[in-house]
Amino acid sequence: MRVIAISLVALIALALVPLVASDYQIGLLIGLATYVTLATAWSLFSGHTRYISLATVAFYGIGAYTVAVLNETLPYPIVLLVAGLVGAVVALLVGLSTLRLSGVYFVIFTFGLAELVRQLITWYEVNVTGTLGRYIFLDITAREIYWQMLALGAVTIALAAYIQRRRLGLALRVIGDDETVASHAGINLAQTKLLAFVLSAILLTLAGAIVSPRWVYVEPSIVFNPTVSFLTVIMALLGGANRLWGPALGAVPLFLVFEWLSADFPDTYPIIMGLLFIGVVFLLPNGVIAGLESLRNKWTRQT
Amino acid sequence: MFLTVLILGTVLGGTYALLALGLTLQYGIARIMNLAYGEVTLVAAFFLVWAFQGLNLSPVLSILLLTPAGYGAGWLLYAVMMRPLVKRSGASGRLEVDSILATFGLLFLLQGLLLITFGPNFTSISYLDQGVDILGVSVSANRLIAFVICVVAGAGLLLVLTRTRWGLSLRAVALSPGSAPLVGIDVNRVARQGFALGTALAATAGGALAMYQTFSATEGVIITMKALVIVIMGGKGNVGGALVAGLALGLIETFVATAIDPGLTLAATFAIFLLVLLWRPQGLFGRN
Repeated sequence: MRVIAISLVALIALALVPLVASDYQIGLLIGLATYVTLATAWSLFSGHTRYISLATVAFYGIGAYTVAVLNETLPYPIVLLVAGLVGAVVALLVGLSTLRLSGVYFVIFTFGLAELVRQLITWYEVNVTGTLGRYIFLDITAREIYWQMLALGAVTIALAAYIQRRRLGLALRVIGDDETVASHAGINLAQTKLLAFVLSAILLTLAGAIVSPRWVYVEPSIVFNPTVSFLTVIMALLGGANRLWGPALGAVPLFLVFEWLSADFPDTYPIIMGLLFIGVVFLLPNGVIAGLESLRNKWTRQT
Repeated sequence: MFLTVLILGTVLGGTYALLALGLTLQYGIARIMNLAYGEVTLVAAFFLVWAFQGLNLSPVLSILLLTPAGYGAGWLLYAVMMRPLVKRSGASGRLEVDSILATFGLLFLLQGLLLITFGPNFTSISYLDQGVDILGVSVSANRLIAFVICVVAGAGLLLVLTRTRWGLSLRAVALSPGSAPLVGIDVNRVARQGFALGTALAATAGGALAMYQTFSATEGVIITMKALVIVIMGGKGNVGGALVAGLALGLIETFVATAIDPGLTLAATFAIFLLVLLWRPQGLFGRN
């Protein structure tokens, strides 16, 4: 109960920040909220099952593109609804065809999914509609985008906490430990994985849809930028993908570091990202939270 | 038109097959899914361009240097980076995820280094680019030389794997790493050699690619993707399957690029990948 109360107070405090923040700071806040949402939503599926999905930007981009296509024809709330629906359908199709595959196939497939979606949309726009690039003219301020993203982030974390306490969360953890054991224990593997994958994908799609008015001009190469997928993975892993607050904890410092790096050192950016990946795998294989816990255990045993 | 696709596709497929062979060696013998494979290939390709433009070194000579250099680099990479992960994971299934993430980091590291050194622009060399007439199709001489190099390297590897004692121990570790020690094979050493051999093939294929293809520092991911698709089409660890699947992908890609739209080559590759995964997840030539 106390955790929920503290979280609510923190959420209200976070919602009040843009009232005193500058435009640049609101931009930063939107980025922070976006990546906390993406990393948590990613972990909803990948954290427990250990299926590393690199399709984050496929869904994120689909969300943004849906808004770009529909923003002049439908009212905004319905556009968001449609975006979530499109994300769910795509996730269902992808999930049905690939979730039976074992680890490495899945990684590779998701690795290329964003690229495939990008190529198909580009090809369609050039050959069928005849234009590449669309405009988003929506009367939504940066502050409102931030509030929406904050709400989505809160829903994502709440959903992750709820699932963790339910049978679904337990089933996902058993699958992550050993699929054979899971199937012998009577867990419906395909159905469980599919449900978590679709839920995670809907959240990722909505995040893309909500943040899209920030771009104004949208093009496949902008919204399907693979760096988003990579950043999401490394953030979740840094914090600890199988913990509720792990992804958020990893997303906040890394987003700020990368924001600073991409502004001041755009050339060395990939090198540092690479070193970070290697460092996390070697030094913090289970994330910061687990690392701190084992450190504390060691310390209490010594005293 | 049909003949053009056939000949150009075969030449491209030769390079692809060699690329896939290297990756399947690394995955089959060393059990490392190397996502930085394409970047290693690009390092070799950039070296060839740099040596040709800066030192006036003949590309064929460059490739003769690149193959042993690749072996050495792969040997080191395995000893320094992969071995600790293998040791840590022991018999648990962690190695797959860990190696994917670590080589993922390596991918960015190498890509960043390439970007800083050579910039983001497309590079190519003009070396022996006059056409040679084959059955009425004009193929540039550099493509043919690259194809011959790939055939020689691939055939050499097949001979080593099937006819020598070393090849036998490599295959033994690929087949059953658990029981290989029972017959006196040092699995760690053989895994390192397998990884190094794979890197040597990557370097050779990268050099061959640079002889006739334009490329840029950010293309590594696509190379890795294609090599992976071929490996999976051929069946994991299946050398013959990788050869056939590599040639097939070269043909399909050339066909899509000339007959439909060059922008859809990756989409075509991917569609095939998906079909194979759904229809025969063990690969076209793999056994259950």
